[in-house]
Amino acid sequence: MTPEPLITEPLTADSPTPEPLTAELVTPGAYGPVRRKEDARFIRGKGLFVDDIQLPGMLYGAVLRSPLAHARIVSVDVESALAHPQVEAVITGEMLAARGLAWMPTLSGDVQAVLATDKVRYQGQEIAFVVARDRYSARDALELISVEYEPLPPVVDAQRALDPGAPVVRDDLPGKTDNHIFDWEAGDEAATAAAFAAADVVVTQDMLYPRSHPAPLETCGIVADLDTVSGKLTLWATTQAPHAHRTLYSLVVGIPEHKIRVVSPDVGGGFGNKVPVYPGYICAIVGTMLTGRPVKWMEDRSENLMSTSFARDYHMHGEIAATRDGRILALRARVLGDHGAFNATAQPTKYPAGFFHIFTGSYDLQAAHCQVTAVHTNKAPGGVAYACSFRITEAVYLVERMVDLLARELEMDPAQLRMQNLLRPEQFPYTGPTGWEYDSGEYPRALNLALDMAGYAELRKEQADKRARGEYMGIGLSFFTEGVGAGPRAHMDILGFGMADGADLRVFPTGKAVLAISVQTQGQGHETTFAQIVAQELGLSPDDVDVVHGDTDRTPFGLGTYGSRSTPVSGAAAVVVARKVRERARLVAAAMLEVSADDLDWSDGAWRVRGDPEQSARIPEIAMAAHSSLELPEGVEGHLDAETVYNPPNLTFPFGAYICVTDVDPGTGVVKVRRFIAVDDCGVRINPMIVEGQVHGGLADGVGMALMQVIAFDTDGNCLGGSFMDYLLPTALECPSWELGATVTPSPHHPIGAKGVGESATVGSPAAVVNSVLDALAPFGVRHADMPLTPANVWSAIQGRPLRTDLAVS
Amino acid sequence: MQITVYVNGATCTATVEPRLLLIHFLRDDLRLTGSHWGCDTSNCGACVVWLDDTPVKSCTVLAVMADGRRVLTVEGLEQRGRLDPVQEGFARCHGLQCGFCTPGMMMTARWLLDHHPDPSPQEIREAISGQICRCTGYENIVRSIVWAGQHEAGAHDA
Repeated sequence: MTPEPLITEPLTADSPTPEPLTAELVTPGAYGPVRRKEDARFIRGKGLFVDDIQLPGMLYGAVLRSPLAHARIVSVDVESALAHPQVEAVITGEMLAARGLAWMPTLSGDVQAVLATDKVRYQGQEIAFVVARDRYSARDALELISVEYEPLPPVVDAQRALDPGAPVVRDDLPGKTDNHIFDWEAGDEAATAAAFAAADVVVTQDMLYPRSHPAPLETCGIVADLDTVSGKLTLWATTQAPHAHRTLYSLVVGIPEHKIRVVSPDVGGGFGNKVPVYPGYICAIVGTMLTGRPVKWMEDRSENLMSTSFARDYHMHGEIAATRDGRILALRARVLGDHGAFNATAQPTKYPAGFFHIFTGSYDLQAAHCQVTAVHTNKAPGGVAYACSFRITEAVYLVERMVDLLARELEMDPAQLRMQNLLRPEQFPYTGPTGWEYDSGEYPRALNLALDMAGYAELRKEQADKRARGEYMGIGLSFFTEGVGAGPRAHMDILGFGMADGADLRVFPTGKAVLAISVQTQGQGHETTFAQIVAQELGLSPDDVDVVHGDTDRTPFGLGTYGSRSTPVSGAAAVVVARKVRERARLVAAAMLEVSADDLDWSDGAWRVRGDPEQSARIPEIAMAAHSSLELPEGVEGHLDAETVYNPPNLTFPFGAYICVTDVDPGTGVVKVRRFIAVDDCGVRINPMIVEGQVHGGLADGVGMALMQVIAFDTDGNCLGGSFMDYLLPTALECPSWELGATVTPSPHHPIGAKGVGESATVGSPAAVVNSVLDALAPFGVRHADMPLTPANVWSAIQGRPLRTDLAVS
Repeated sequence: MQITVYVNGATCTATVEPRLLLIHFLRDDLRLTGSHWGCDTSNCGACVVWLDDTPVKSCTVLAVMADGRRVLTVEGLEQRGRLDPVQEGFARCHGLQCGFCTPGMMMTARWLLDHHPDPSPQEIREAISGQICRCTGYENIVRSIVWAGQHEAGAHDA
């Protein structure tokens, strides 16, 4: 399966062209670009999203939110709202407090207010919840609630959050007198200092990865339905982690876990936004408990952008050390993380800054050290949502900007500098200076392919010609390595839940199968990919395998879909459980064929007698026999069904080489992305069509984050990105026709050599776009400007005054 | 107010509040949940349906404005068990992932192909530029519509 290494020499002008890689992308059997099972319903408008659910007697909830970023609540008067003829209930923080529900745990071990009782800590924070007989009346009744506030000065600028005398956001925490959350570090500080001291060249840069929002097109919502007779609570919710949510609801609300069913029906995009539990969910549960009727709550777009989990907001200081001839020696980073009012990031307990310490990226360094400090501000809580692989996107952005800045300092071509510092294939498995063990990689091959696809040398020539004419085009590179598939349970848990995932596989007498998995799809096509996995292992057609997901009553426990973990963890579970079935089938086949099981080999989708391969049995025949009166061998009770839990031995480490070509109009600051070349290596591709679709979406994310997306605030803490009029997302006109390439370096520890890919392009592409724009602006002496590179920001940068993009300072 | 709307060829008469949005009338009252609500501000286009012969964003159209008029939704694309080429193109070319923007995209695509049978990729991008997809990066949506344009007569059941 492992392809021959192609190019491993540093890039030179006469480097040979890499061989086409088509052949290795084609795996015989059930893998391949098969059409998605999911599509039949979606193209007919027959999907079932949460807001499509309408139950008899269903009520509608709406949330009253704070207009202020920081204020003490003096009083909340709901009397007029309760008098509204369509209103069934109004829930306040005080009512929740009486039930012990005013606060709930976050995924980082902090607590978050469900409905504010003492004060509000960000604009858009939840204060009250109205339950009414229709959608519009619920909204009307919000207007009838009067809240008296005592405004407090807000903490808006993360860089001032630790100033002496700064207002304290979290005075609810006992003894809390400042806005500090944690300090965390990784790597070897002394060795890094020594490497810097010995370096010829040191380059430093401050940079902001601004607050962004994943903004799935479907907002968050829930239908909560308590059966008052059985005591069973059914929740149809926009969740990426139904099992984890069920456990949390049980712990928070006190309903026994087996009396809660969480269904994640069709979900209209997640990107991390639908990992956390939000106050509206708890309120809807309380609503159905109070009224005995189903309660639906769907947030509107402004609520989604202003109150649900944001992403990034990392203020970073990078330092890179190198020799004069371009050997990178060491990397150092100091980070200030803005975590908002409640520390609600979802990440493994051991790693409060996520996997940021993979910030050495794809390079062979001697030493590295990073230090992260997190602070509270009067902004919405969250932190890692948005296809970032637990902060790896911030890490990749930092190192890829630093490498570009170093190239400029050394007057080297950024491709050449990368090529001569990339990890070599023979260094894998590679343990980095901050402790990560990369499983496999052939980095120079991927970069060479990208350079070849781009026609890199010709692009540089075109750039030079254009500059001579006063036209500004940029060529930006990014080479990323991700660690995805969290994770080994000894090292990784969310709130104490180990990150292992279960799979159950049932094979019916006719050989048709149903696989139940703990992860679920928000568009990734699990119903297709996972069917292909099982089909490949059992010699079936993907049409013979149905995949059940997103329903806690029908699937085994697992932590859900995020961090590109479905294929690395749950995909592996599907392989393992299918192989268990296959081994059971071997014993039954031995009885059928009247041979010893040891004399059977699995080939071409059947158990075959060694030396007489025509004597064989396929899964459908074996399944029928396993359910028949055939006398089965000792230890086989019948049937072929199996179950498993997969605890990954390591993360998988997908990687890729990206090149972005931009044209910049210096008169207006408008950036046009002309081309984007993306070579991704995610190991073995089960469904290349779906993989490419995942990459396409992530590349659009990169264009969006680099050029237009930011959730900024004014000095009063007003959110300036509260609608799609203000929070700009890329459309078809801002996106080029993506040019994709692929190499395949299988993961050695994943049972089919696959790696995660869902976030690769989101992680890898922003740096390529930014590097491209700054490359275009080099003749103006522009060294750095922060995302998003809006026309105003680009124009200001050309004038020598790049903007601070996270704050609107009046 | 009482309104009569001809939705996907069926006559629908209902009494509605004057402020009721067309998207909510279609989804909540008529239970045609294929059209989606995504943003409130006419930016995302998940709610695109046809009013008479023109695509509109039904989150910013009142139901009463549709009184006496025809509405075509995604549920009306398939005719007598026969998929519209646009529907087939989206399935063949992986033009959708989560499926949330898809109905709106397909309604715009159908209109485009009715008026410009052989659009260039750039013309397609301009046609769908009032709509947002968060999953596909648009490339496969463009390919889907190109495919549909090339197979207008040859669609069959998928």
